Amino acid sequence: MVQPQSKTENSHYVLEAKNLEIYYGSFKAVTDVHMNVERNKITAIIGPSGCGKSTLLRAFNRMNELVSDSSIRGEILFQGQDLYASNVDPVVVRHRIGMVFQKPNPFPKSIYENIAWGARIHGYKGKMDELVEYSLRQAALWDEVKDKLNQSGLALSGGQQQRLCIARALAVQPEVILMDEPASALDPIATLKIEELMQELKKNYTIVIVTHNMQQAARASDYTAMMMLSKDGERSGTVIEFDETKHIFTNPKDKRTEDYVTGRFG
Amino acid sequence: MKQIILNYPEARKSLKRRPRWGESIIQGLLIFSGFFSIFTTIGIVYELGKEALLFFREPAVNLWAFLTGTQWQPHIEKFGILPLLTSTLITSTIAMSIAIPLGLGVAIYLSEYATPKTRNLLKPILEVLAGIPTIVYGYFALTFMTPLLRTIFGQDTVDIYNMASAGLVMGILILPLIASMTEDALSAVPRSLREAAYGLGGTKLEVALKVVVPAAISGISAAIIVGMSRAIGETMIVAVAAGAGPNFTFNPFKGAETLTGHIVRISGGDLSYDSIDYNSIFAIGLMLFFITLTLNIISQQIVRRFREVYE
Amino acid sequence: MSELNNTQPPQMEFSDDLRRRNLSGRIWMVVFRLSTVVGIIALVTLLLNIINQSAGYVHYEAKVDPDTLRVDGIPLEEQSKEQLMSVLQNNLSSGAYNKLDRDKPFAERDRGEVYDLVFDRVVKYKVEETWLLWDSLTHSREIKASVPTEQSGTELKFVVWANWDFLRRQQSSDPVLAGVRTAILGSLWTISITILAAFPLGVMAAIYLEEYAADNWINRIIRTNINNLAGVPSIIYGILGLAIFVRVLEPFTSGTLFGITDPTTANGRTIMSAGLTLALLVLPLIIINSQEAIRAVPGSLRNASYGIGATKWQTVWSHVLPNAMPGILTGTILAVSRAIGETAPLVVIGASTVIFFDPENPFSKFTTLPIQIYQWTSRPQDEFRFLAAAAIIVLLAILLTLNATAIFLRNRFSRRY
Ligand SMILES: Nc1ncnc2c1ncn2[C@@H]1O[C@H](COP(=O)(O)OP(=O)(O)O)[C@@H](O)[C@H]1O
Ligand SMILES: [Mg+2]
Repeated sequence: MVQPQSKTENSHYVLEAKNLEIYYGSFKAVTDVHMNVERNKITAIIGPSGCGKSTLLRAFNRMNELVSDSSIRGEILFQGQDLYASNVDPVVVRHRIGMVFQKPNPFPKSIYENIAWGARIHGYKGKMDELVEYSLRQAALWDEVKDKLNQSGLALSGGQQQRLCIARALAVQPEVILMDEPASALDPIATLKIEELMQELKKNYTIVIVTHNMQQAARASDYTAMMMLSKDGERSGTVIEFDETKHIFTNPKDKRTEDYVTGRFG
Repeated sequence: MKQIILNYPEARKSLKRRPRWGESIIQGLLIFSGFFSIFTTIGIVYELGKEALLFFREPAVNLWAFLTGTQWQPHIEKFGILPLLTSTLITSTIAMSIAIPLGLGVAIYLSEYATPKTRNLLKPILEVLAGIPTIVYGYFALTFMTPLLRTIFGQDTVDIYNMASAGLVMGILILPLIASMTEDALSAVPRSLREAAYGLGGTKLEVALKVVVPAAISGISAAIIVGMSRAIGETMIVAVAAGAGPNFTFNPFKGAETLTGHIVRISGGDLSYDSIDYNSIFAIGLMLFFITLTLNIISQQIVRRFREVYE
Repeated sequence: MSELNNTQPPQMEFSDDLRRRNLSGRIWMVVFRLSTVVGIIALVTLLLNIINQSAGYVHYEAKVDPDTLRVDGIPLEEQSKEQLMSVLQNNLSSGAYNKLDRDKPFAERDRGEVYDLVFDRVVKYKVEETWLLWDSLTHSREIKASVPTEQSGTELKFVVWANWDFLRRQQSSDPVLAGVRTAILGSLWTISITILAAFPLGVMAAIYLEEYAADNWINRIIRTNINNLAGVPSIIYGILGLAIFVRVLEPFTSGTLFGITDPTTANGRTIMSAGLTLALLVLPLIIINSQEAIRAVPGSLRNASYGIGATKWQTVWSHVLPNAMPGILTGTILAVSRAIGETAPLVVIGASTVIFFDPENPFSKFTTLPIQIYQWTSRPQDEFRFLAAAAIIVLLAILLTLNATAIFLRNRFSRRY
């Protein structure tokens, strides 16, 4: 198994999707996607529910192939290298491209173990206590949990659980973090905390975030991909417009994008 | 439209509660049925207890000798339970040492590795295995496992009736029970946990063994305990294959009667009421009842706690 | 986010040994898959072992060669009842022949019985040697060579032990003539009693627990208790049955209460005792399965019924039960197939191992298929092992039919709401 070559200089983008199609069995859920993810930027994927946002996001770190009969066509490049090449190990892909899920899903273990688990399976060599503290600080959770590291992660509030999941993802030092509606199960204050956190994190990481909350995309992201079901009756989702966030929200080229971001959609 | 006259009895107009004798009788019957299981339990405890008491009142029997004696020879008035107890433990241990690793292996394979298609094919096979009457397993032990063991280890080492053969086949009997209970526990672990582990770059094995199995550990322990209780109470395999006659030995290749095997042999003959033999099976039965009851209660307790985690 | 600035990132070094991780992943996958394969092999071996013992060559020695018993050149197999009777008359003393007629008049015997009598009394086959199916198939030439079939009275036959005659015949101490009719009838009688007792009681208990019982301590005890009873070893039920049904309720279970005075049933070891014992055994299973089926009926259905002023029982009877019935039946069939295979409790309450007469009513002595298998298995001679294998095939066939019915019911009537 070959690890994807890191930091190929010739590629300006961290992730590039080219002519991407994603299938569940014979059902084509996502079609004809072209988009690029820039380093140390936040890229948002927006669109109505069921249009394939999660599907696209999960294709970026090969989580989709855990669904038994899913498959992809086309290409996704990670730092210039084909993610789906036959010699690429999905385990390594997921190490380098981490993921935070819609519903907080801490392991039923202690807070400490939640963070340490991923580091341990990847053979982390440094001091575990330091890593745990550092990751929790990065996720802005340290002060809230430093006295109860041995408590179950399930005992935290929803927002804290989600930040724990972010800390857990950070602990294995990914280069990209994929977030699938990370704040949709949280209250507004917890949501705000996550958004602040993202701004902090983008200094060191590249973030791709799925959201159906347009304010969130407008506030927090640098680039936005607008997804819709394509019109050809196949019920496949596709990216109809991809641009800098400010263009998408102030001066969209596609009429459907304009309708959607101004709330005139559906 | 034509008007219909709704001709209900006069009583309909009153909102007062009316007696409904039919309902009450039926309700009485239902309550009786609901409580019937309690009567069964009381019956078991009372009958076993009463006759066991008679057994311990016999001048030839005393409780201490019963619990520590290494000889069970009614005709010379020796009533030590240990030979029966040890052979029960030996057969059960052999059974569990087969059933636990295989059962967990099957369960992990089915829940974490197998495609839905394979799973749908294999689960009915497990059900078939679990539905075969134990006498058939007994037959299998005697006509297949015993000759096999004797060919492998030698006719002189392995008796025709021996605990190893019974134990091994009992392991096969219990395998589907442990496998299906464990599989239930594993598939109850939410998908999101697996995704979290995969998302961190865990391999399939790491996700299965370090996240899913620990998360399901109480369900798995419950499965193992239930399996143990089943092994201890299992009767026909040991009655057919483990040998007749109490024998205080730790050699699995020797024949020795278990608690259940003894009950079957004693009661299979013509047993006269109130004889010491008759009373002794109640004493042994009572012991068996409490051992298995304790195990079952422990396992239910564990499962109950397990449920609280995810709901 | 000030807390970030005063923290140095720890050394982020991973010595990720992927080769090892992937290797151990593959090894363990093989281990898991192997466990499954072992389980399947066990099942297949078990079945093959039974099949292997259920057919094969048998070397018989006859006292009188059946070939010499032709009437007008017609071999025994094709003779009519009258011709067979004449064979008996010619070869038995008249005293012996008349005694047979007194036991059961020939007029009442059918051809099959007379045919069996010819073999039992005149031909008198003795099994000299037997072979397993596998050997019979692979070494048939050697086997044929080893048996001097040209000698008068010596015969080598390929016998399928589970045949129609095996189903038709009564028990016999002679393996050549033994069958399982008595045992099958015993099993059917017993199981009927079990169903009659356990089904209504179980369903009513489930209705009580699901629809009527409040969530208080006493009902919680009932529920826990039912779960515990389901885990009690079956032999304990045998001991309970011995104490209660065989001993205490003897006047009832032996039928003297109803004026049946057959002395053979006077000790209470009857079909009635067996059926009731098994009823106690399957009751918790039926209750648990029925509870599940009732719970699956949606609450909206109940509300609809209450909404038009139905009483509780009317709601249960006309809406809940009909919708839960397929599930209840499926669960009951599964519980009953457990009861059909039970051996230990029936041994304890004293099922007879040797009886030569069909059970006639619930107060008859009896044997059942599993008991018959147990008895044959315990005999040292090979030919009885073969009979046991044949009886196992019959038992498994019955269970398979029941399970197929249960699956059919489950699929046919699965959730319509
Ligand atoms: N595991 C799956 N198997 C089959 N179809 C799926 C699966 N997951 C999602 N889909 C289908 O793919 C389409 C896109 O789903 P998803 O990516 O979850 O949309 P979104 O995240 O934008 O709401 C939907 O039609 C959905 O039904
Ligand atoms: Mg989604």
